[in-house]
Formats: sequence, structure tokens, C-alpha cells
Amino acid sequence: MAQVTIRHLNKQFDQIDAVKDVNINIHDKEFVVLVGPSGCGKTTTLRMIAGLESITSGKIMIGDVIVNELPPMDRDIAMVFQNYALYPHMSVYDNMAFGLKMRGLDRAEIAKRVRAAAEILGIQDHLTRKPRQLSGGQQQRVALGRAIVRSPQVFLFDEPLSNLDASLRVQMRVELKKIHDRLGTTAIYVTHDQVEAMTLGDRVVVMKDGVVQQMGEPLELYNAPANRFVAGFIGSPGMNFATVRLGEAEGALWVENEAIRIKVPSQIATRLRGHMDEWAVLGIRPKDLRVASNTDTADLSFEVEIEVVEKLGSEILLDVRAGASAMVAAVEPTIRAKVHDRLRLAVDVNRLHFFDHRSGVAI
Amino acid sequence: MIEVKWRRWPFFYIPLSAFIVALLFPFYWMIVTTLRPDNELYRPWNSPNYTPFWTWHPTLAHIEYLLRETLFTTWMLNTLFISVLATLISLFCGLLAAYALSRLKFPFAGTLGTGIFITYLVPQTLLFIPLADIIRNFQLSDTPWALILTYPTFLVPFCTWLLMGYFKTIPKELEECARIDGATRWKAMLYIIFPVAVPGIISAGIFAFTLSWNEFIYALVFLSTPDEKTISVGVTSELVRGDVFYWGSLMAGALLGSVPVAVIYSFFVEYYVAGLTGSVKG
Repeated sequence: MAQVTIRHLNKQFDQIDAVKDVNINIHDKEFVVLVGPSGCGKTTTLRMIAGLESITSGKIMIGDVIVNELPPMDRDIAMVFQNYALYPHMSVYDNMAFGLKMRGLDRAEIAKRVRAAAEILGIQDHLTRKPRQLSGGQQQRVALGRAIVRSPQVFLFDEPLSNLDASLRVQMRVELKKIHDRLGTTAIYVTHDQVEAMTLGDRVVVMKDGVVQQMGEPLELYNAPANRFVAGFIGSPGMNFATVRLGEAEGALWVENEAIRIKVPSQIATRLRGHMDEWAVLGIRPKDLRVASNTDTADLSFEVEIEVVEKLGSEILLDVRAGASAMVAAVEPTIRAKVHDRLRLAVDVNRLHFFDHRSGVAI
Repeated sequence: MIEVKWRRWPFFYIPLSAFIVALLFPFYWMIVTTLRPDNELYRPWNSPNYTPFWTWHPTLAHIEYLLRETLFTTWMLNTLFISVLATLISLFCGLLAAYALSRLKFPFAGTLGTGIFITYLVPQTLLFIPLADIIRNFQLSDTPWALILTYPTFLVPFCTWLLMGYFKTIPKELEECARIDGATRWKAMLYIIFPVAVPGIISAGIFAFTLSWNEFIYALVFLSTPDEKTISVGVTSELVRGDVFYWGSLMAGALLGSVPVAVIYSFFVEYYVAGLTGSVKG
């Protein structure tokens, strides 16, 4: 068990910055997820922690040891790869035992550990098979087992679930979480799937273009995104954005554009004072929009035209247009709505997000 | 469906059959000539019972002559010894070179790879002149070592390139995983990469073996005593005397000489198909 400390980590490939000044403190037993679109530097960061990629500048510590120059084998880590990287010529047992053999453990101890890990993962009946005789899910378990038997200080996961089909992915996600709770080993997990990030991570690190955008607990990212990128990336369907102008009228603060005109309550208004008479980006989560009823006042709602109706069962997604901005509203499944209908959507005014028009930083 | 089946004939079965016939006909000719008695062999084409494609009086006389009256068995053993050693040396060098060129990052790796390939393109008919000089200086003329040490000049580049291609199909994660698991680069190479590359290694070995087995020019130039000759040189130099061709025994020598290669191919056919198409089954 160990904490992992990353200080001012940089990586350049041919003068291009792949990772820029990354600082992360990962506590002992914590499950941290690095998430971001492809090419955001998350995998490169993980590979630097593993020792598979050299570090341009900065420092990585596992426990109290600076591992910058240590070869992968001396870092006491285990890694699960996206394509599993099972040794095709070895049986499941030998795959799991390989790391222990390399470390010179005796036969009995190896057998004991492999059986224990196989039992946790439910693959004890397949130990004599070759990897190609197993299904994708079973191969995934073997890859996990190979990491578990070593009882390393840190688990590294590089998109381990992305080769599985959707239902299996959900199942393995839950299982991963259980295994982590049981073993309590520090884990660093890379994914491009924000649902995986939110469900697995004790803390989530959102990256883009090699830079950490925000780091925090899943709900923190969801409720208080640090910038427009995080707001749009976390949550499904993504947050709606509309460019609005902040102005004062009738003694209150209003955000408005050609289609939207909302009165902002005073407690939020204080935050926005500095941006008066400027353009800003208004962010509303689909869940925070509802079809307006008679009790909703006109200054907390706006009119839209429905373009697509997606009936998901538990809710209905209305793809609507409000002036120049396309929005999605997640509404009650009982709502009767047709394409080209015009209706009013009310907002949950306490859950509005505002971002600087140019920098995208949350206001 | 019916139309599709009908189309398989002109576009698949007929071209395939033509191809097979064209490929196998020389072997058939070789067999027929081997078994044909001499009086039939030298019968002119316009004689009444001229049957070029078959014989009614098969005989083993030519094979008997080859085995009893010539040094064929010695040539066979020479060829085997030379081919096996040359193949092993080339495979060993090729494996290490291919691994380094495909996996290690070092300056001029690409240039070096291309350089090795270019040496393969230098024709043997040109290269044998300087090589003959070297062989003479080392006093290796007329010994098997003259060939064992010169065959790698074309086998090493060949093996290196074939294996480089194969190594590139092996996911690099396998090796990375092994190295995280606690293996050094050597151990990862030995326990993970080489076993996975077995189909590639076998196909490189088969091709290298075949190339050495069939090699002619170096053997012709570097060996002169009948005792030291290989099959390809021995058969052609000892069974063509002046302008007399001992066709029956010549063909018998060719036939028996191609048997070991055919046997090896048939044993490893699956491996070398996998080796050439480069498929690592996960």
C-alpha cells in the first residue's frame, strides 16, 4: 500500500507537450481515475508512472521513493492493459504465476496465491486453459488476476474495460469496485468514459491537452465544474450551453439572449456582478430543465421548439432549439410531446452554471 | 446462390487447377524421367511408341546407379550439415538483429534496417568474387566452412527482415507487461517474445534452410573435391560428363534431393503460413 505523488510532471514527444505540469496526490488505498478525450495525456501519465515512458521533467514518487529512474520491475506496480496483454503461449495459471516466478517465489507460495486470486475472480476452473480459449470477459479476469497475485503497492489500469461489450462492461465495473474495496490497494485508472470515471473513482482527474482541468470527487465535478470543458465532459447527456448577456433591469440581474430571458436570484447574482454587461456562457444540465407548469413564472422559463423526442423509458429526452442554441431536456416520461411542438421549459434556478465567455472558466 | 456457385468454376476452380498443374508438372516430369528406362529415355520423338508423359516399364535402375556409383549420400550429408549450421547461425543473428531493430529505440535504427536489406539485394553472382578471395585467405576453400560462413551473407538479412515483420505484429504490451511483472528485457525476450514468435522463427528457418539447400553458385566456386560437394553441385558436375547428360540419374538426384525439403515443409506448413501472414493468436 502506498500513496503516489506526482509533481510538475511533463512529457514532450518531439517538441510537442503531451503532458504539462501535472500535479496529483494520490492517497493510500485511493481509487483515482484519469479521464479525458483521446490524446489528452492520461495514458502517457499512467505509462510514466509505470516506467514504460521516460519523464521529460518532474517527479513521481511511489510511497517515499522517487521512481523517476527505476525500471518498471522495481516499482512494485501491476498494470492491466486495454488489450489484456495475456501471454498467448501460456496457460491461465502460468500467466498469473509469471510475475511471481520472475520474483523467485517458491512453488507452493505461487500455487497458493494464484488459487486465491482465481477464486476471487471466479476463474478457478479455467486455470489450465490457454487465453484464446476464453471469452473476452474471462480474459479480462485473467488480466486482473495477474495483477492481483502480485499484491503490488499500486494497480494501474489502462482502459481495461473498453474491449468488452456494454453489458459485460457494467458488470466488470461493479466487480472492479468490489475487488478494490476488498484489497484496498491504491489504484490509478485511465478511461475516456466519464460514466466509468464517475462510478469507479474516489476522485476523478479530468485532463485535456495534457493539462489537468479539474480534480475532485465525482459529485464535486458534476455539481461544481471548474470550467466549461469539465461541465460538458462530465454527465450524460452533456450540459447545455447558451451564450447570454448579463444585464440589470427592474432592480434584478437578468441573463438573456434572443430566446432566453431568466431572472437570476440575488444569492447567485452577487457572483456575477463583476461580469455585468458582458457575454457569458450559461450552462444548464438536462436534468435541471422541466416542462413549465402554471406555477412557474415567466422569468424562470423560456420557450423552445422540439426537434427530436427520445423516449428512454425512465425519462424522455427532448432535443429542443432555443434561438441559436440546441439543448437537451430530460423530462418526466409522462410528458406528451411531439416534434415541432412549442413549449416552455422551466429551469432550476439554483443549479445554473456560468462560464467566462472567452476563457471558459466557471464564474 | 446457384449463380454464385456457377461463377466459382471460371473464376476459382479452373484458374486454381491450371495453377496447380503448372506448379506440379516439373515434379511429375522429374518422377517420370527417374523411373523411365534408358532405352525409352533416348527414343526420338517421332518414333511410333513415343510416350513422353508416362512409362510402361518403370525401373529403379537410375536410383540404384545414383546411390551405388556416385557420392550422392556423401553429398546429401554435406548439404544437410552445411544447411543446418548456416540456418542456425543465421537464425541466431537474425533473431537478435530483428528484435533490436523492431523494438529498441536507438539512433539510425531505420537506416540500419534498410542497410541490411540492401545487402540482401547485392546479387550473389557479384558477391562470390570478393568472397572467394576471403575464403582463400582464411584457407577455408574446399571445406564445408566455406559455405557455412558465406551463406549467412544472404541468410542473415533475409531472416532479419522476415522476423522484423513478425515482431512488429506482436503487441508491445506483452513485453511491457512482462517487464512490469518483473522480467528484465532479456527474460521478457526469452520467455515471452521468442515463444510467441515461434511461427515466424520456424518460417524464417524453413526458408533459410531451403535457400542453403538449393544454393548453387557459392558451392560451385568454393568446393572442388567430389567428396566435399553439395547435392546441387555434385549432381550437376558428376552426372553431366562432357556433353553426356545422365538424365535418369540426374532427375533421381533432383527428386531425392528435394525430398527432405518437402518433408520439412509438410510438417511445419501451419507455422509458416502463420509466420508469413503474421498472425498472433491471442
